[in-house]
Formats: sequence, C-alpha cells, structure tokens
Amino acid sequence: MAEFEQSSIRNFCIIAHIDHGKSTLADRIIEKTGTLTSREMSDQVLDNMDLERERGITIKAQTVRNIYKARDGKEYVFNLIDTPGHVDFNYEVSRSLAACEGAVLVVDAAQGIEAQTLANVYLALDHDLEILPVINKIDLPSAEPGRVIEEIEDVIGIEAQDAPQISAKNGTNIEAVLEAIVEKIPAPDGDPDAPLKALIFDSVYDSYKGVIIFCRVKDGRVRRGTKIKMMATGASEEVVEVGYFGAGQFIPCEELSAGMVGYITASLKNVKETRVGDTITDKDRPCEEPLPGYKKVQSMVFCGMYPADGAKYPDLRDALEKLQLNDASLRFEPETSAALGFGFRCGFLGLLHLEVIQERLEREYNLDLVTTAPSVVYKVYKTSGEVIELTNPTNMPDPSEIDHMEEPIVNAEIMVTKEFIGSIMDLCQERRGTYISMEYIEENRALLKYELPLNEIIYDFFDALKSRSRGYASFDYDIKGYQPSQLVKLDILINKEEVDALSFIVFEGTAYERARKMCEKLKEEIPRQLFEIPIQAAVGSKIIARETVKALRKDVLAKCYGGDITRKKKLLEKQKEGKKRMRQVGNVEIPQKAFMAVLKLDDD
Amino acid sequence: MKRELEIYIHIPFCAKKCDYCDFLSFPASEEIRERYVDALVKDIRRPDGCIPDLGEAREAAGREKSVVRTIFLGGGTPSLLRERQMERILDAVRQAFDVDEEAEITMEANPGTLDAGKLQACREMGINRLSMGLQSVSDGELKMLGRIHTYRDFLENYEEARRAGFDNINIDLMSALPGQTAKSWREGLEQAAALEPEHISAYSLMIEEHTPFYKRYGQDRLLLERGETPQYLPDEEEERQMYAITRECLAQAGYHRYEISNYAKEGRECRHNEGYWKRTNYLGFGLGASSLLGSCRFRQTEKLKAYLQTGGQPEEVTILSREDEMAETMFLGLRRMEGVSEGEFAGRFCVSMEEVYREPLGEMLQAGLLKKENGYIRLTGKGIDVSNYVMAQFLL
Repeated sequence: MAEFEQSSIRNFCIIAHIDHGKSTLADRIIEKTGTLTSREMSDQVLDNMDLERERGITIKAQTVRNIYKARDGKEYVFNLIDTPGHVDFNYEVSRSLAACEGAVLVVDAAQGIEAQTLANVYLALDHDLEILPVINKIDLPSAEPGRVIEEIEDVIGIEAQDAPQISAKNGTNIEAVLEAIVEKIPAPDGDPDAPLKALIFDSVYDSYKGVIIFCRVKDGRVRRGTKIKMMATGASEEVVEVGYFGAGQFIPCEELSAGMVGYITASLKNVKETRVGDTITDKDRPCEEPLPGYKKVQSMVFCGMYPADGAKYPDLRDALEKLQLNDASLRFEPETSAALGFGFRCGFLGLLHLEVIQERLEREYNLDLVTTAPSVVYKVYKTSGEVIELTNPTNMPDPSEIDHMEEPIVNAEIMVTKEFIGSIMDLCQERRGTYISMEYIEENRALLKYELPLNEIIYDFFDALKSRSRGYASFDYDIKGYQPSQLVKLDILINKEEVDALSFIVFEGTAYERARKMCEKLKEEIPRQLFEIPIQAAVGSKIIARETVKALRKDVLAKCYGGDITRKKKLLEKQKEGKKRMRQVGNVEIPQKAFMAVLKLDDD
Repeated sequence: MKRELEIYIHIPFCAKKCDYCDFLSFPASEEIRERYVDALVKDIRRPDGCIPDLGEAREAAGREKSVVRTIFLGGGTPSLLRERQMERILDAVRQAFDVDEEAEITMEANPGTLDAGKLQACREMGINRLSMGLQSVSDGELKMLGRIHTYRDFLENYEEARRAGFDNINIDLMSALPGQTAKSWREGLEQAAALEPEHISAYSLMIEEHTPFYKRYGQDRLLLERGETPQYLPDEEEERQMYAITRECLAQAGYHRYEISNYAKEGRECRHNEGYWKRTNYLGFGLGASSLLGSCRFRQTEKLKAYLQTGGQPEEVTILSREDEMAETMFLGLRRMEGVSEGEFAGRFCVSMEEVYREPLGEMLQAGLLKKENGYIRLTGKGIDVSNYVMAQFLL
C-alpha cells in the first residue's frame, strides 16, 4: 500500500437536513472514487441497518476511505465520516465532526435551509470546520438554486456563489464536489512524532476482533503492539491491529499516523471502555492532556421494557446485553412491575433511539415486548435534603416528602414558513413553551426559538409540528438544563386496581386534560370483556377522570357451514391470539399496546 | 360397513347479487352456466379428481367404501339452473357414488327463479328438501336487502312447492335488519311460522366487508363492536331481544332450536348441516366448494375460468393435527344445542375432554357460559350471546 502524505488526505463529513440527500451524495462519492463498481453498489451503501433504510436516516456513524485521482493528477485519500442525522445523536455528531477538517453541507435546491441544516452548520462551525456548500436536487422542477445560494449566504454567512449545483440522484456534477473537496477542505496537520493523541468517534463490537475503535489520529502514531490507554475510562490494552475502512470492510495496515482516520482493535471486550469522545494515547508515552469535548453520554428518556411472555425475561436480558456491546449509550437495569412482571428500565438518548432499540429487539431477537410510556429524568428534591433522579414514575415519593421537583428543559429551534407561525406558536404554548425569539431568515420564513420542557416533546411533538405546518416546519433542540416545575403523578386504575405501568408524571396544570384523554384512549384500546370495566385516573387519592368499557353483550357468528369453517377458525385464532397479547391485571385483560396509550394523547 | 359421506355442490350463479351477500356468487350468462354444469359433471365423474393425495383424504372419499347420506345443492341460486342441468348433476353423482335411497337431497331456491313445472321436475329427480331464501315477509325490507322478489312471489312458490310434493321445506329469515324492531321481527316470524314449514333458519344480519351493505353500515358495525349505539342497525340489546323472541315464538309454534340459528319441527333437522357440526366427512364439488375428508380440509379453486378450463385444483389444503380436530370438535359441536358429548370426545381422541380442556371448561362453567348435563357440554343462553369468546378458549 502506498503511504500518503498528510497533504493528500481529506477528512470530511456530509451534513444535511433529513431527506436533503446526504446518503445519496455519499453513495455517489464512493462510486466516483472508484472503490466500488456500479454493480456492487446497492442503494445507499452507507446506511446498512434495515431500519435506517426504511426511515432514510443514518443512526450509527459509518466511515469509508476512498482514493480519488484529482484533475491535478495526484491521488487523494478521502475519509468520509458519516454522521447520524438525528437530534438524539447530537453528541455523536459533534464527535464525528471533531474528527474532520471540513464538512460538505448539502442543501435541497427546492426546500432551502431547514432547522437541522442550521443546527449542523453551527456544530460544524463550533469545530472550526471548513464548510463546503453543495446545492442538491437541481433536477427537481421546483429547484431554485439561486434563491438557496442567497439564503446560505444570508443566513449562514458563508460564501456560496461557487457551490456545486448537483443532482446526487442522477449523478450530475459530482466531479465538482470532489474537486472542491480537494481544493477547499484543508489537509490535516498534527505532529506524527508527538505523543499519540487520537479521538474515538465510534466503536463497534465484533465477535472475532472484540471492540473495534473508530478513531482519528490527531498527533503521533499507533501500530500493532502499541500499548494504548483511554484517557477518560482508563482502560488500557495492547493494539492487535490497525487499519482503515474499505466500503463495508476493515482493511488492515501497518500504522495510523497523525491526520489519518482508521480503526484499532485491542482485544477490548466492551464498548463501555471505549466511549465516544474519549482520547486514546500511548500508555508508555502519554500526551499531556486529552482532546476537548468529551462528555459522558446521558440517557434522556427512560421506559420500561418487558417481555410479553414472562418466560422470555432472560432472552431480553441477553439481547439488551448484546445491543449494549455496540451501543454504549444504551442503559438498562432490572425492575419489577406489579402489572407487567420482570423487565428492565432502559435509558436512551431520545425517543428515536428508544424506537430503534425496540425495533431491533423485536426484529433481530424476535422478542415480543411490552413497552411502557417513556419518561424523562426528573429531579426530586425531598424535604429530607435528598435528591432523587427519577426515571420511573412508580418510584415517585409521597408528595408529603417532596420539597420540589425539577424537569429538563431544551432550547428548541423551529424553522417555519410565515403562514404557519401562528399555529406553531400555539403548539409551543400548549406544550408549556417559553418564547425566546423569532427572526425572519428570509421574507417568507422565520426561525422561532423556544424553551420547552423535554417531557412535552418526547412523545409526539414532531408529529404535531408536521401536521400543524403541513409538513413544512423543521425542528432541532439541545438540552438546556433543569428547571423547577409543578409536577404530579397521574395514576390509572382499571377496574379499581392501580396499574403501576400506566402511571406517568405530568404538569399539574394539564393533569385534568391528560387524565381525560388517557381514559378515553384506554377505553378505545381495552376490548370489551364479560363485565363492565371502569377506567379511572387519579392524582393521589382523588379521581379526576373516568370512562367505562361496557360489558361484552354479543359476540356470536350467526352462520357456520362447511365452507365457513376454515375462516371461522382463523377468526377464533385471532381472538385467542389477541388474548395472548394481553396482560392480566386483576381480572381485566389489557392489550399490550395500551401501555403506550399515553403517547397518543394528542392525535385528535 | 360403509362410511358416511355428504356431498355439497356449489352453484355460484344468481339472478342478481343481494346487497348484504359476500358469498361466492354472481350473475352469469346462459352459456357460462351451461359450461359450468359441463365442468361440474366432469369434476364429479373423475375419481379422486380434486382430492389431494394427502393423509387419509382419498381413502376417506373412497367411492366403493362410502355411502352418500346427504346431498346439498347450495349457492348462489341453484334453482336458477334449468331442469335438465340439475338432472345431469344429480345423475353424475348417482353414477359416481353410492347414494343412499333415503338420502336427504336439499336444494337452495330463491323466489323468483321457480315455477310449478321446475318444482315438479325437481321433486321427480329426487330432490326431497327445499331451502327457500325468503329473508323477510316485508316487501320494504326485501327491497332494502336487494332481493329480486316480493313476499307474494314467495307465497306463490311456496304453495307450488307443496303442491309438487315437497314435504320438507326450510325458510330463511333475517333479523337485526336496519329499521327492524323487536316487534316487527316477531310479527314477521309469526307470519312465516303460520305457513308451517318444517324448518326455519333465522339469521342475525352480519355486515360483511366488500358488500354494498358494508359501505352503508360499516360504521354501524364498528360502533356495535365497541358497544356503542349504531345509527341504522338495531343496537345490541335489541338484537339480543330479537334472538330471544325467535326462540320463544318458534317454540310456541312447535319448533325447537337445535343450533345457534336453526329451528326445526321434531325430526326435521337438516341432516346435511348437522354433518358439518359433527365433523362428518363431506366432499364439495364446484367453484370454491370445501371438503373435509378425514383429517384433511381443502377447497376447490374460486377462479371460474380455471374451473371451466381445467376442472380446478384443491387449494388451502390443510392437514389437521389432533389438536386441531379436538378444537374443531368443540367449537363446531358447541354450535349445536345438544352440545358436545364427553363420551364421543373420549372415544374419538382416547383422552377425556376434562383432561384436555380442564382450564377453559372450569372457567366457562364457573362463568355460567357453559353447562354440563347428562354427559354433554353445551352453551348456556348467556354462552350463546358470547359464543365466539367461549369457542376461542377451546383452540389448542
């Protein structure tokens, strides 16, 4: 393998709002740089999880190294570091950015700048990245590249007149992007002879190699035999292998030196020891201080996960352990619910992260799960002076023991066209938002800033936003901190019995409204049974809402002859299957999805 | 001794499809009907033609070893066929099978497709039971259902049938119709019973998908399922009231309920249909016709073109496990008011019902949905109302 000078390396990522064409452009770059033939290209090479494909988003960062022969006749190494495209993974994004010198900013020629575009640009600017704007989707009839270029210059304040105008889908003008990467994005610097200093921006678990660390070497060099140390976790091991990323495969090499992006394996057993953002150094010759920006990842959203079949509890534990090998941000600990039995309280970066884990458990591990409504982490200040971080509403202390409570607040940025400003502001008000500012970024579009309680946005805020703006609003947020709040625990009683897994914490001022909607929703979800079932919502001992599921009066098939028997049996099987998917609470059968009912309180 | 076999023959043609109907039936030209009868006759004549070579299916249908106890010409509207066509079908059956001299041979018939001559011919070719689709004695309701006849048309045909010598006639009636009340239902029922047919099938209207009625009343069906008040259909309470009235009113007129929706004078139960609930072997011919042979269930193709061209293929072939057969014995048997015999169950499966179904039996008996009498397990009145719920407990 030919060694490359630092001057011929380009480390960059692609940033974009969702659906603006990030993954498609990545595919084209990989294609044009010739590491893959057209035949080998399955669509969107970088997104290789099913779920990512279905949702069109990238969840786990992927990285590819390509060789590009530029017009100047020289060969360049392109390290394309893909970044997750969702606000849940902001920290991961920031670490990926820190591994780059530049960012290709993809903006949709028809839609222009969106909230995520801005959020990503700010992140990139924070890391002093060179930003290379690219106008994508110029093949669309509604494309207005001129307007979008102006918007980029006005809103972001970067030069965009020369921005390549491309269609990643059709492969138009991709060459211009490649040349701009060579010209505009700086080559890495860093001293190959200084003590080793490398940034971990991702890691995956491989059953043969153990943990594979994705890193960017800032200074020094690392090779087989180097004794490395993770500066934050203190974990230390001898390097077994280093290498770089081919498309979809790991290619070993002699050494990674300052400026290079690659992987390290060192028979580490657990990704917990290789945290994203941590600095790798040489144990025998350590650098003086770690790279800035390391944070221990915090779980923002918690929920209970229970196997539908209680006997599958050990399977669920095994599955969670396996997923955690690859996902250090997933937390879980055992818990017990009177209604649901043995399960786990799991912590996630956000709701998308939760859904991803849930789907992987169901699809890859064939587990049938009951998931309780997600909750944020509340701080409970007790009169005794003790402070509890409350991740499960069931554990809320008696109100008499509580001095006050705090809830997490986010800074939210919403970009919306003029006509929907009113309805979006209403939405933010309903969700207890505090208005911060509004600025017009162009004649027809404004950037709204609000502070919003996290518990108001984890469920369905995004859906509400989309429906109230006919899909035009875009949204991004980051955590601001904690703020005191009047919170109460809402308990649900079904047939007079409290169902612990249905309790949730709610702002006192909206408790009645939520209680009423919750009861209505549960009435829809709980099928009629042989007796009447009261559904009640209570705060403390006070019932504040009630609905009734009427007794089943009639469930009979008038006809069943020779030709109906197979069909009739299927019907009964469905009925029986439905029963299996129920949880027995007292003498009432509750369908599993009812435990998620609180998520749907706002579908009107 | 020869094994009992029932034969079902499907005639998928109708003068016009009714608005509530989701059966495999449709209007067709004279030419198609003739070609269909050709195909049917061929189908009946080819030994093992559409019977899958699986399990005990072929043996169970073995023509030398079986005696046909019942034949049922169902539809659609079999009475739409010409006399000659009916005759060809029955001749084919008689040639291919050993048909018992005492066999019950039923034909479904709809008013508006019958006349004295045709009825006479039917009787002469050995059809000895007529099942007449009256549905309602009210012309307003008949129109709303999309029927092609009036009550008067029916009366004429009914009398012609009696004159032709039919002494075993069923009348179909429908309850829970839009706009119907408990009172109007009772009056209609009394009127029909006064004609003294030997048998009455009284069905509660079901709103089936893919029908014009579904478009009209689908929303109502949903409301009913949720226990709420529908807009057009009688609510659950009234529907159950109608059901109770049916039994009471027909009992006074000398009919006993022997299945969830079937009522007969003493000894006039439909033997063919009883076979379905008792899991007697049956062999179906014609489009979409189902069969049960031993532990094998299958059905003939539902595609007319394929049937006309090639005589079709068995589809949805299922070999029932022992558990399936137990479950079927229970949920089909429970439809009969007599219930399921514990002795027969044990005799057939070499294990007691109690052992297999301890939990659901205990639960359902306790809840008053089932009762146990003289070695039979049967539904209580309350059990009938929620019989799907009860039956589902017996799946294994």
